[in-house]
Amino acid sequence: MERDIRVRKIKDGTVIDHITAGQALNVLRILNLPSSSGATVTVAMNVPSRKAGVKDIVKVEGRELRSEEVDRIALLAPEATINIVRNYRVVEKKKVAIPQMVEGVLGCANPNCITHFEPVKPRFTVESRKPIRLRCHYCERIMCEAEIAKQF
Amino acid sequence: MARTIIHAMRVEFAGRDLVSMRELSRQEIEHILNTAERTEFSGDVLKGRLMCSLFFEPSTRTRLSFETAMKRLGGEVVGFAKPGAASLSKGENLTDTIKTVSCYSDVIVLRHPREGAARLAAEVSDVPVINAGDGSNQHPTQALTDLYTIRREHGRLKVRVAMVGDLKYARTVRSLGQGLAKFGARLLLSSPPGLEMSEELCAELESMGARLEVCTSIEEAVERADVLYVTRIQKERFPDPEEYRKVQGAYRITPELLEIASSRMIVLHPLPRVDEISPEVDHTDRARYFHQVRNSIPVRMAVLSLLLGVV
Repeated sequence: MERDIRVRKIKDGTVIDHITAGQALNVLRILNLPSSSGATVTVAMNVPSRKAGVKDIVKVEGRELRSEEVDRIALLAPEATINIVRNYRVVEKKKVAIPQMVEGVLGCANPNCITHFEPVKPRFTVESRKPIRLRCHYCERIMCEAEIAKQF
Repeated sequence: MARTIIHAMRVEFAGRDLVSMRELSRQEIEHILNTAERTEFSGDVLKGRLMCSLFFEPSTRTRLSFETAMKRLGGEVVGFAKPGAASLSKGENLTDTIKTVSCYSDVIVLRHPREGAARLAAEVSDVPVINAGDGSNQHPTQALTDLYTIRREHGRLKVRVAMVGDLKYARTVRSLGQGLAKFGARLLLSSPPGLEMSEELCAELESMGARLEVCTSIEEAVERADVLYVTRIQKERFPDPEEYRKVQGAYRITPELLEIASSRMIVLHPLPRVDEISPEVDHTDRARYFHQVRNSIPVRMAVLSLLLGVV
């Protein structure tokens, strides 16, 4: 019964499941939630999970995630799944995937990188997915998980 | 702009950029060094070609060496050595400067204080860009010169190289380390506290094929090395001048110290030096840093000729 209350179904919107434990609030920040639109947001943290031990879950009513947002979530929660819900039914389920190249989402953590001084979009190649490590295409420096999380 | 075409045994450089040692394969490095060896070549193969030399940071050796290499091959050189002389002082950004210059030159040589400047320049330029140093990131033609010198002296690149000094900020250490790693070299690291090689670079060099060891003393590095690669502590890269003062003069290579080295050990330095190698070392048969300066000419002649597609 208690479990039912925690994961109560939503009518329309997005359920982000399997978020790395502890990252739910960063995911909310990426999605700019809770927003002024008044959408109901449910956050569950440290939920027992068979796969990961513990996980976070975020439910957003009345909002379907765009692909750019999914990419951003993948940087923080590479195992997350996105469930699009319409009329209480999951109509689309996708696993987030860290792309080979990350563009326009993050800034370079190196303050002397040319991207901070010229009209150019920062770009990163993914060196490792677990833990996440990105290499700046321009200055070639590695950004670690903590430096990435700091930007959200 | 950059493109890589490697046939079975042939390496194609025409029209490419030279931005980072990371992107050069072992085969490509060998091809450049072999071309440099042949390039005691003469003639005017670059007659009618124009090199634009853009130095936003001070340089003596690199700039003059590139200009000498271009002129030895019959080419022409334009450019500036002080950023104040550029339209940058009027507020123009690097992107526009490169787009402009690429309209009237055949090759651009760029030194810039910001890391990543050469990569950006290569993306917006219509002609090949050669990185002559971008902040504390890369200095590929210095690394190629160092590799050329080591190969000439030892006949191979799978050697033990002690890297001494500023292993944190020195771009020559990063570039040379990446080059040596591709040949399976052993790197012995010796640096003052606070100037150690970053974990990130250590991991990368090991993944590229180098074997790394941290030395407990400079004597250990000298005793075990085939090559002693000494670097200057780079005052200009320190965010805090107080941090620089703490490590200033932390090591000094002297003829006495070199007595414990193996008979074939040589001393290299990308120059300029401050006080890390005493002038008396110049008179020993181990000093090769002025050979490096001389070797930079055929190496840069080779790079220019290859990128401009004339060899």
